[in-house]
Amino acid sequence: MIEQLSTYAADIDNVIILIAVLTGFWFFAAEGMLFWLIWRFRGKAGVNSEYLEGHEHHVHRWISWPHRIILVCDVIIIFFAVRVWYDVKQQLPEADSTIRVIGQQWAWTFQHPGPDNELDTPDDIFTVDDLHVEVDRVYHFRLESRDVLHSFSVPVFRIKQDAIPGRAITGWFEATGTGDYDVQCAEICGIGHGVMAARIHIEDSEQHQAWIAASSAAQ
Amino acid sequence: MADTAVASGHVEHHAGDHHGPQGMLRYIWSTDHKMIAMQYLFTGMAMAVIGGYMAYVFRMQLAFPGITVPGFGQVSPGEYNALVTNHGSIMIFWVAMPVLIAAFGNFLIPLMIGADDMVFPRINRLSYQIFLASAVLLLASLFVQGGGFGGAWTSYPPLSAVGEYNQTSLGSSMWLGAVALEFVAFLLGGINFITTLMNARAPGMRAYDIPLVCWMIVIASILFMLSVGPLIAGAAMLLFDQVLGTGFYDPARGGDPVLWQHLFWFFGHPEVYVVLLPAIGVTIEIVATFARKKVFGYKAMLFTTVATGVLSFFVWAHHQFIAGIDPRMANVFMVTTLLISVPIAELLFVIIATLYGGSIRLATPMLWALAFIAEFLIGGVTGIFLGASGADIYFHDTYFVLAHFHYTFFPIAIIGTFAAFTYWFPKMFGKMMNDTLGKIHFWGTIIPFNFIFIPLFVLGIGGQHRRIYNYQHFPDLAGPGMYRLRELATIALLVMLAFQLVFFYNCIMSWWKGKAAGRNPWQANTLEWTTESPPPHGNWPEGLPNVYRGPYEYGHPDHDEDYWPQNQPT
Repeated sequence: MIEQLSTYAADIDNVIILIAVLTGFWFFAAEGMLFWLIWRFRGKAGVNSEYLEGHEHHVHRWISWPHRIILVCDVIIIFFAVRVWYDVKQQLPEADSTIRVIGQQWAWTFQHPGPDNELDTPDDIFTVDDLHVEVDRVYHFRLESRDVLHSFSVPVFRIKQDAIPGRAITGWFEATGTGDYDVQCAEICGIGHGVMAARIHIEDSEQHQAWIAASSAAQ
Repeated sequence: MADTAVASGHVEHHAGDHHGPQGMLRYIWSTDHKMIAMQYLFTGMAMAVIGGYMAYVFRMQLAFPGITVPGFGQVSPGEYNALVTNHGSIMIFWVAMPVLIAAFGNFLIPLMIGADDMVFPRINRLSYQIFLASAVLLLASLFVQGGGFGGAWTSYPPLSAVGEYNQTSLGSSMWLGAVALEFVAFLLGGINFITTLMNARAPGMRAYDIPLVCWMIVIASILFMLSVGPLIAGAAMLLFDQVLGTGFYDPARGGDPVLWQHLFWFFGHPEVYVVLLPAIGVTIEIVATFARKKVFGYKAMLFTTVATGVLSFFVWAHHQFIAGIDPRMANVFMVTTLLISVPIAELLFVIIATLYGGSIRLATPMLWALAFIAEFLIGGVTGIFLGASGADIYFHDTYFVLAHFHYTFFPIAIIGTFAAFTYWFPKMFGKMMNDTLGKIHFWGTIIPFNFIFIPLFVLGIGGQHRRIYNYQHFPDLAGPGMYRLRELATIALLVMLAFQLVFFYNCIMSWWKGKAAGRNPWQANTLEWTTESPPPHGNWPEGLPNVYRGPYEYGHPDHDEDYWPQNQPT
């Protein structure tokens, strides 16, 4: 697994690990049973097969019990997956700052709120393919597209959301560590899809204020 | 219907039609179901070679970016997109469907239910001709001005709808037209399969005496017919957007791009089961024959399949968790998606349980059938990660998805096909295949297959997204470790493709010089083994068979031999 740099990255990874454990158990049980049966009942001269209909209780229970347990596993997975989904996609926490992310063929435009921390004011900072955020702050992003579908994906945050022309979709993240990482477009968007790369720069408070000041002075 | 003997509904051949067209003409105008099956089979195999060649080209580009690919040249981003798009389209619509459903459905259904042909032989012929036209149209679309369509096999608008966005306006329309024609071909074929199974069974063959593979192909045809309507409507709207400039999917004019995704996946998810069911049917036939065992729970298998089919209509939005649908909807679709794990697990458990108490012979077809179960299990369990909405936020559109569905489609379309092909080859061509070459080909396919896609799972977990022609633009994805994995996958693909030469050599040599197969080389019970190999026109020159028992009476205590053909009077 790659670095976990958002507040919910560990939650998403834990769901993945939970599923890996549960399905891993079933996978090895089923494969083990398959190979054991192949070996145990390999054809031998003079040994005929048994005649079983499939509803004999002593054989049928080998199927009906796994079934019930699989259903229980499903319920466990659903419970934990819904919890994470709710936190990431449904229940957005109060924002400290709001940014706008605009996809177009084939670049990302990022609109940062600027010194007044208000979006859509004259001091907003626009960048192309470079997103600057501060660590330990809750950001809302408003995701838009100017042409086709794109998808805003930051693997270290574990967040992903499609951008749809004609809509503004809101999501959130809170970074927990600093550094520079990839932002990918995750939805095919034409011949330049493979070069639609951006970087996210997660900065501490001091660096971020310095970047805002420098960018505002330049504008 | 279940317990009443179905009256014979055998197709009467017109006197003048009995021998069909002669000479080369029969390759074009024959209405014989076996000839049409061969046409579908060889067209599908030719398309598989083309689809495999495309995979070779783009895997070379991914492992060695910028390389001049031998046999292709340098890959431009536009060509890369067209290659991945058409690889996916070809493998699903022009390989999996024609081979598993059309070729084996046509070959097996009349022979397994004791009919002399399909109920509508001329519709059957028309079905293949339209299918061939669709294949030609698709291949032609790769060579037109602007190149082939490159908006992925899912063809999401607005990219697919607007020429300025995709820059392949002619290629996109031809791709869409080809897909629509292919659907028409399969609707015609499906009508035939369903009607033939219902009406043309041998005297004495009740509903539960029908071999499961026939049921599976027919249920798949029903699923296809029920799901494809909305997509055809959607495709017509998309074609209007492309050609007439309407705005069904254009938000600026009141349309909605997400509408297409609903229509596409309402078809697209049942489509997975459309190709899965025939492969499961083939597997169960082979496992029963080579384990010398009655199928463990015939009715359980049949009704589970129906339940899977019904459920498959209620899961489509799991492809769209992060596509901008109402986030609350994800919870509903996750529940239905995870529920489908229960019937699918049941199908696999029933096949595994059939081995219990058997006397297993590991001939080549049996190896393929067992490999289908072993490999499909990986595809099945990895699907849970993607069906769980919380985990899908991360995995959506990564190589994890790609590896997951290749672990479903490869067992279905390649392993399932080789299982069926090696099992029924003696019936189709009258000759036995060389078993040693068959086993070399088997291991030479299965081992590299895992070495292609396990690295791709790892890359997906590492955050690598799909449909990107060159990862050097992404610093986090351009490290040497990730390149080693990409190279490993590509080299494994080259090895796997090389081993396919063994298969073609084996086919040709066995067909030419192989040992004569006789009527029933595997000592199987179903009706196709009771006639000559290959069966003549009309299938049973000595008269159509009667049926006295179910298809899987192996090792019956009241019978001396360990198999008991369906047509043998008690």
